[in-house]
Amino acid sequence: MNLEKVIFGFFIVLAATLNFGFVYGEIANPEHHHQWEFFAALVVNIIATVLKFGDRTQVGAIHLATSLVAVLQLTTAALVWFFAAPGADGILSEHAVVSIVSLSAGALLANIVSVIILIVETTMQRR
Amino acid sequence: MNSHIFFIGLRRLRGPLILMVVIFATAIAGLVLIPGVDADGREWHMSFSQALYFMSYTATTIGFGEIPYEFTDPQRLWVTGMIFGSVIGWAYLVASLLALARDQGFRGAVTAARFARAVRGMREPFYLICGFGETGRLVGRALDRLGYRFTVIDIDRARIQELSIMNLAQDAPAMVADARFPDNLVAAGLQASECAGVLALTNNEQANLAVAMSVRLLNPHTPVLARAMSDDIIANMDSFDTDHVINPFARFGQYFALALHSPGSYRLISWLTGLPGTTLEQETAPPHGHWLVCGYGRFGCEVVDALREESMQVCVIDPEDVRISGAKTVKGIGTEAEPLIEAGVRDAVGIVAGTDDDITNLSIAVTARELNENLFTVVRQNLQANRALFEAFDADITVVSTEIAANECLTLIRTPRLTNFLAVVREKESAWAEQAIVRLQAALGQPSPEIWSVSISPAGAPALHRSIKYEGCKFSLGDLSRNPASRDDRLDMVALNLTRDGKSDAFPDDDSTLESGDQILYAGTSRARRAQWPLLRNLNVCYYVVSGVDPSGGWIWQQFRRKASGG
Repeated sequence: MNLEKVIFGFFIVLAATLNFGFVYGEIANPEHHHQWEFFAALVVNIIATVLKFGDRTQVGAIHLATSLVAVLQLTTAALVWFFAAPGADGILSEHAVVSIVSLSAGALLANIVSVIILIVETTMQRR
Repeated sequence: MNSHIFFIGLRRLRGPLILMVVIFATAIAGLVLIPGVDADGREWHMSFSQALYFMSYTATTIGFGEIPYEFTDPQRLWVTGMIFGSVIGWAYLVASLLALARDQGFRGAVTAARFARAVRGMREPFYLICGFGETGRLVGRALDRLGYRFTVIDIDRARIQELSIMNLAQDAPAMVADARFPDNLVAAGLQASECAGVLALTNNEQANLAVAMSVRLLNPHTPVLARAMSDDIIANMDSFDTDHVINPFARFGQYFALALHSPGSYRLISWLTGLPGTTLEQETAPPHGHWLVCGYGRFGCEVVDALREESMQVCVIDPEDVRISGAKTVKGIGTEAEPLIEAGVRDAVGIVAGTDDDITNLSIAVTARELNENLFTVVRQNLQANRALFEAFDADITVVSTEIAANECLTLIRTPRLTNFLAVVREKESAWAEQAIVRLQAALGQPSPEIWSVSISPAGAPALHRSIKYEGCKFSLGDLSRNPASRDDRLDMVALNLTRDGKSDAFPDDDSTLESGDQILYAGTSRARRAQWPLLRNLNVCYYVVSGVDPSGGWIWQQFRRKASGG
């Protein structure tokens, strides 16, 4: 067992699960999408991206690409959050929530691809 | 290659980057969680974007203060901890970046990438010089002066650094690398279409052989010039068609034999093939008679062969016991009087000091001159650094093998056609050559001339070729040396050779009419060469030179002129 592999797998899967947790729920309901979960998903995704730096294999390149896509999607969602003025009660408009959640759903797709690559890579190694 | 470096860098910075992300995330989370108090005393929570902004300027020690409201004590406690954490993280990141920039391996990768990019950026023909020792430097400097570009690989870092402080007109990409490995040759541009030739001039014959072999296999159409001195390496190089094997000692042997046989031809050849900036030497005809040769190594061998070919009496002085049939040998070094006297220095006409040590050679020559002041001295200089000593001694012939090799490279590069002419010169009598020297000197002066060839073909001289072949203009050879600016003036150049249908004619007559397919070899000043250029490429200049009428102008103007002259 290799500690580096454990950490690597842990962050990739955690990035995907956190992302899923945030996206899960009614798309237009602000109550179903918590901003802390979003924050955690973004941070873990950035860490996962940095972990993938420097692998020069073909699989490594795809890994990095999927993570970059996920971070890009989540950052865009964060910007939408930042610019969407909350109403008088401090709650975001339905429109803003829908775009934040759909952008995060895109990131979720990229994270799922990343997890699939991780699984495929693992099964290909016969050790 | 460049992205490759970028990823190496990122890989090394993974640790500090992740640390920074974690510190930022923790700090932001804390700032958002800990309640503050706004201006009106109500409880207030920082938003994520505000926290990110605050941490960005705090971690980088810029510090804009407590925005938007003054912090409460719990907030300040948290921020104090985070300041220490983030500044440490930041310092760690910067330190890692600096360590990366100083890392030998990383710097090697950066230099290699920069070199490869510089080579790829070469858009004009260039030469690849392997080995930048004395010969390589001479060749490089001369190539630069002639306007050619080149790339360099050498195994010695000091030599590459020397290149970077050489005063060159154009940038020459260079890398510390072993020329024996084909990858390095490819990085230096071996497979580029602009690569005009490869010069293997390292001081390791095996390496030169490896270079010649790599070039043959990886880019068969590129000419390769390789230096080699031992017979088996030369034979090996010849076996796979190395274009030119440069053996400076053998070349000197040939020249020496020529100088004995036909001093004029020798003088003419060394003038024509001189490095840019050399001038015509005084006449130095080696006398015929009894010769002493000190040092019977590779150099001595060639000299003895040359002397005996011209049926001179030879006596060899060497510390080793050598036996040469038909020649007397004396054991000794030659720096002392006894062996020299034993070898017959008092009755000798000349001495060759040809050991591989400069000080020994000078010592031999000085001692010999004291014993017989009329001796003709030939001294071998091994190191360029000892130049001043040899200049002060002023031997009749100073042999510098690096210069001979450099000269030969340059002759082959500049004017491959000159070699045919030189072969003609070698066959001629000394008087013929002296006459040629007088003629060339009158036209061109003392400095070594520039040599170039003009071929009357669509590629070599499009305008001239067209006017001769399709428009029926009659050009005599003399017309080509008319000044395109004013046709009654002559340019400073002399036609050395005219090749037509495989037959060549040395110093052709000015009246001979030119035909399509002729090859003319010129010697002249570089100004003359530049001045001649428009005549070869511009149809209007052609008409002017042949007829004296300037037909310049567009179609309308020509119509006018036709009307006016037609009545």
